[in-house]
Amino acid sequence: MSDVSGTETPEAAVEAEPTEAVAPDPHALDANHADLQARLESALGDAILEQSPVFGMPVLRVRRNAWRDVAELCKHSLDCDYLSFIAGIDWMPAPKEGGADAASDTSSPVQPTETTYGAAGSEGRFQVFARVQSTSRHWGVTFKADVDEDALLVQSWVPVYPGADWHERECWEMYGFVFDGHPALRHLYLPSEFEGHPLRKDYPLLARVVKPWPGLVDVEPMPGEAEEPTSDAAATAEEAS
Amino acid sequence: MSTTNPPLPEFDIDPRAFRHLADAQVGVELVTGDMILNLGPQHPATHGTLRLVVRLDGERVISADPVIGYMHRGYEKLSEFRTYPQITTLINRIDWLSSFANEVPFIDAAEQLMDVQAPPRAQYIRTILTELSRIATFVLFLGEMGLQVGALTPAFYGFRDREHILNLIESATGGRFHPNFNRIGGVKDDLPWGWINETRTAMKTIFDACDTFEDLLVGNEIFQARTRSIGIIPPELGVAYGVSGSNLRASGVDWDLRRDGKPYLVYPELDFKVWTHPDGDSFARYWVRLQETRESARMVLQMLEQMPAGPIMAKVPRIIKVPAGEAWVETENPLGQMGYYVFSKGATGPFRVKIRSASFSNVSILPWLLRGVFVPDVITILASLYFILGDIDR
Repeated sequence: MSDVSGTETPEAAVEAEPTEAVAPDPHALDANHADLQARLESALGDAILEQSPVFGMPVLRVRRNAWRDVAELCKHSLDCDYLSFIAGIDWMPAPKEGGADAASDTSSPVQPTETTYGAAGSEGRFQVFARVQSTSRHWGVTFKADVDEDALLVQSWVPVYPGADWHERECWEMYGFVFDGHPALRHLYLPSEFEGHPLRKDYPLLARVVKPWPGLVDVEPMPGEAEEPTSDAAATAEEAS
Repeated sequence: MSTTNPPLPEFDIDPRAFRHLADAQVGVELVTGDMILNLGPQHPATHGTLRLVVRLDGERVISADPVIGYMHRGYEKLSEFRTYPQITTLINRIDWLSSFANEVPFIDAAEQLMDVQAPPRAQYIRTILTELSRIATFVLFLGEMGLQVGALTPAFYGFRDREHILNLIESATGGRFHPNFNRIGGVKDDLPWGWINETRTAMKTIFDACDTFEDLLVGNEIFQARTRSIGIIPPELGVAYGVSGSNLRASGVDWDLRRDGKPYLVYPELDFKVWTHPDGDSFARYWVRLQETRESARMVLQMLEQMPAGPIMAKVPRIIKVPAGEAWVETENPLGQMGYYVFSKGATGPFRVKIRSASFSNVSILPWLLRGVFVPDVITILASLYFILGDIDR
């Protein structure tokens, strides 16, 4: 035991010093995923537009014309044999349903009105993101690609991962992305005559349009609560404690 | 005498009115010689409303097309209009047999974004209840699988023994099926008095139940004849389809997120075995779930020994606001890999939640898996894949 701790002491001391100075980065990659990230970088090169790890998971934004190459690479060279999911996202800020008099509806979370993008950024409104994992090496990676708002065309992953079929059908009906190379894009969840793309931000939640949520009953101040909670979560935490 | 048939009368009705809309949706056409069989949407083997359009040549399936969406509730859209504490109510209904296990990854994702850590005792309570949900889900499966091959008795044992677990979950959380017990930063209540001893007793019942199922079904010749080498999922294909959980481990893939994924809850502190079976058929799926039920019961007993004292809630603000960012948390749920990709923009509710549910991918292999099997085996395969419709349709 003493030998082992003796050999580890210099390394531990080197690592301990910076962590005491700054809080440890919650997004830092472990050794296994850092290895994966390095392999991806060397194999993909300039196909990677941006990257930023999220809670120990590599997130890479790749060029949209490299979307299928990325899947091929992961499956055949990096042992990422498992397809977790493919999904889309609409970064447009959500319009407040109910129009101008929607101030009475305080039950819905009010989202910011300016457009911001998530990890690894985005160039436009629509993005497709997918996650693949390795069952043998126990690593996983999330890829994102921008989707051109006018063309809405994405390369299909079905030739690489057969399980992409249903995920892409769902993504097609929910966002309207057309997956180039998919055998049969048809409705999965929704009736075949359904029009519109429900998960887009400009598609209203019809239940709230028909009958506004009676949010006012919930906003009576709690007894003993001095002021309205501030937007800063930390300040609110101090109040509550 | 005329040998030709009289001409068909002409009706002044739109012919499209006769075409079943859903048939148009799945693109099947009536071909002479083959028979189209509609299985479902209501079928006892489906745990909800799964419809299978099966094309038959005699007794053999030529093609099968699952039609899903009869229970689509749009949780991903609804989540954008709810606050974080409200969403746990929704996601309880995804996989309704193991509701507690559904809450854990979502709450974990929100806690990661808020940089909040649940205290150790809360983590233990969460893990115990997750494993109890797994036992409840699997014990029902172990009984129902018998029902699908024609043995009625095990189903009653399954329901009876699951009741012990549901009583435990109810006494701790207040809800039998939908506990809604997780809070951001911990759990709602501490365990009631006497709960730990009750749980120890119930675990003994579960071991007995597993022995009963082993005697009744695993060793049964008819059961083996109906399930062995039926519905074989090759490991590399199952993985590419995203099949996960016990279904994948029954194909010999040694992969369990409790052990191999990013550490969550208290699984790193536990000593447990990941069971696999090399065959990949319906029998292997049954066998793996039987072993995993025992393993879960062992884990519960282990955790009851190790459980620390202490608080059950971390300090969190009264109004939950999650800082901007995104987080992906995946857990090994009873049915397989369950994950939430949460995008937050700093509001009281998420900007977008992608729900990755296990059954969705597990069922997507059905068109491949059912090709060429006989009609009675369709039911065995459906039952052994063990999906919950709420987990497919979300």
